Amino acid sequence: MWKIKATNITQKFNNRLIFRDISFELNSGESLVITGPNGSGKTTLVRIICQLLKPTAGTVRFYHQDRPLAPEQLYPVIGLVGPYLQLYNSLTALENYKFFARIRGLPVDIRYFRQLMDRLGLKGRELDELRTYSSGMLQRVKYVMALIHQPVVLILDEPTSNLDEKGTEIVYEIMEEQKKEKILILATNEPGEIQFGEKQIRVA
Amino acid sequence: MGLNKDWWKYFLGVWMVLIILGAFLYAPPAKVLGDTARILFFHVPCAWIATLAFLISAIYSVKYLRKPDLEFDLKASTAAQIGFLFTVLATITGSIWAKKIWHSYWNWDPRETSIFILLLIYAAYFALRSAIEVQEQKARLSAVYSIIAFVTVPFFIFIIPRIYQSLHPDPLINPEGKIKMDARMLRVFLGSLGGFTILFYWIYRLKVEVARLKIIQLEKEE
Amino acid sequence: MNREKSSLARSRFALLSNAYYIFQKDLQLEFRTRYAVNAIFMFAITTLTAVSFSIGPARLKSMVLAPLLWIVLFFSAMSGLAHIFVREEEQQTADTLRLVTRPSTVFLGKWFFNLVLLFSLELVIVPLYVVMMNFSVANVGAFLLLLFLGSIGLASVATVIAAIISQAGTRGALFAVLSFPISLPILISAIHGTRLTIDGALFSDCLSDLQVLFSFSVVIITISLMLFDFIWRK
Repeated sequence: MWKIKATNITQKFNNRLIFRDISFELNSGESLVITGPNGSGKTTLVRIICQLLKPTAGTVRFYHQDRPLAPEQLYPVIGLVGPYLQLYNSLTALENYKFFARIRGLPVDIRYFRQLMDRLGLKGRELDELRTYSSGMLQRVKYVMALIHQPVVLILDEPTSNLDEKGTEIVYEIMEEQKKEKILILATNEPGEIQFGEKQIRVA
Repeated sequence: MGLNKDWWKYFLGVWMVLIILGAFLYAPPAKVLGDTARILFFHVPCAWIATLAFLISAIYSVKYLRKPDLEFDLKASTAAQIGFLFTVLATITGSIWAKKIWHSYWNWDPRETSIFILLLIYAAYFALRSAIEVQEQKARLSAVYSIIAFVTVPFFIFIIPRIYQSLHPDPLINPEGKIKMDARMLRVFLGSLGGFTILFYWIYRLKVEVARLKIIQLEKEE
Repeated sequence: MNREKSSLARSRFALLSNAYYIFQKDLQLEFRTRYAVNAIFMFAITTLTAVSFSIGPARLKSMVLAPLLWIVLFFSAMSGLAHIFVREEEQQTADTLRLVTRPSTVFLGKWFFNLVLLFSLELVIVPLYVVMMNFSVANVGAFLLLLFLGSIGLASVATVIAAIISQAGTRGALFAVLSFPISLPILISAIHGTRLTIDGALFSDCLSDLQVLFSFSVVIITISLMLFDFIWRK
């Protein structure tokens, strides 16, 4: 049983208020969607949830069986896909996979990696450097790297940007699967994606 | 009219006048260095204030990293500014003395080299601050730099001048840790140290207050 | 539950192995793009050629030879050592890295990469310097130790300053402004010691220079490791 609890998150940049007093609670099997106009701070909130940014005030805590997790215990828990989160473009997909698997302390399992690549429709591109990928394929390969450790909390910022119909379908499938027993957080304004969130937060 | 809360400012004015008179009239000339040694009553306090100010800057930087409150950043940068000013003053007074004793304003004596590098290191601190726009980021990164800069300070005060055999007199910072001074000189010297320290406190308070008012003004304009 | 336990047990040993993976990844990237290597070696060879050409067959004294060697090494190194952090920020891979491993592993990996880069620079430049500048050292052992400790010091300063400036706006100029003053104690001792070794001083004569280099490096590495969390985490 996992839980995320955010209390009164407030963020300011240069004394300009981005948002204030955002609170929510999410348990395993629940999902949250963050909506709001461009520039309202959706990405900022996502970065705070992932501990990539310290909020001006408030806290985000992760719990496992009601025990709070220390920051260094979060690496295996979180998987994030976002437009500001890039992979190593001069390395091949396989080299990227090997690096992220090793650094996460996972066994390098080529078969499992192939399966993930197949699932995202990238079969046969394992040995190509990522800079030869199209932007839609880059978005797909980001999902591969975000899923290799089967994260308990999957956070997707603009989940289907650059994706075609087929890609969008695959991502919807992944989202559906994630919210069954684990936790899913989306930051999006797409009407088709908002329905994936049982809870909703609007930043403005 | 009783004592108002600013009494210590008047006291400091009188005190510093007494120190100047004492430095030139009361204290005897030093044994070897003669009358030139009188500059120590001003040169050493400047160096002391510089070190103290950099220390305060480092302390507020640590505080900022522990609790990101921009008030700490303001104090850290103010202290560094005053530290820089007093390092310049120590350099100038030292250079005047060097002209008298070593017949040249600048000789790259290890102590001169050290203080020059120290000036560069803290000049870089202000360059860093002016290069970052987001306040929180500026505060965080310059706090880190201020701490790194301060841990190098002992190298410049103690280690490099010792290893490369400076000709700089060492009545204060010497390996034996003894103060080699005549009693009357010592009195004036300690008085000057005290006076400069209060002066520093005053400048520091004023500058922090001014910086605070500027921030409030900016917030109002927005 | 099982997975959580194993990940906890692992974290104790993960520091060094993760630092190594980051080093390995950066080496792989460097082999593909050769950005830092090109900058550093072109800079070094060009400067060395210019210096050697203008001096011609003249035999220089240790007073000139020692600083020239370190100036060539220092400026070439500084032209490329910031790249290791700037690349992660510019290509937006820094956040990806922040999500998978602890800050100290990143610092150690990148520090080691910069150190290896510096050593390989010296491996090429010092022999060239010997050939082109009639450079000969009387006390080779002490000279190599100076080179070794000096590199550790420079790599440490460059790595921590690179981490700081990679998050600021105007990166290129700022790296020089911040890293040069802090490197000066290293340069001064290294040049002083090198001069002595050229003239055939005993090991004990260079001891004070070696002590400064060693203690300065230890201080910088320690404070960098202590503060790196605050640089790396926004």
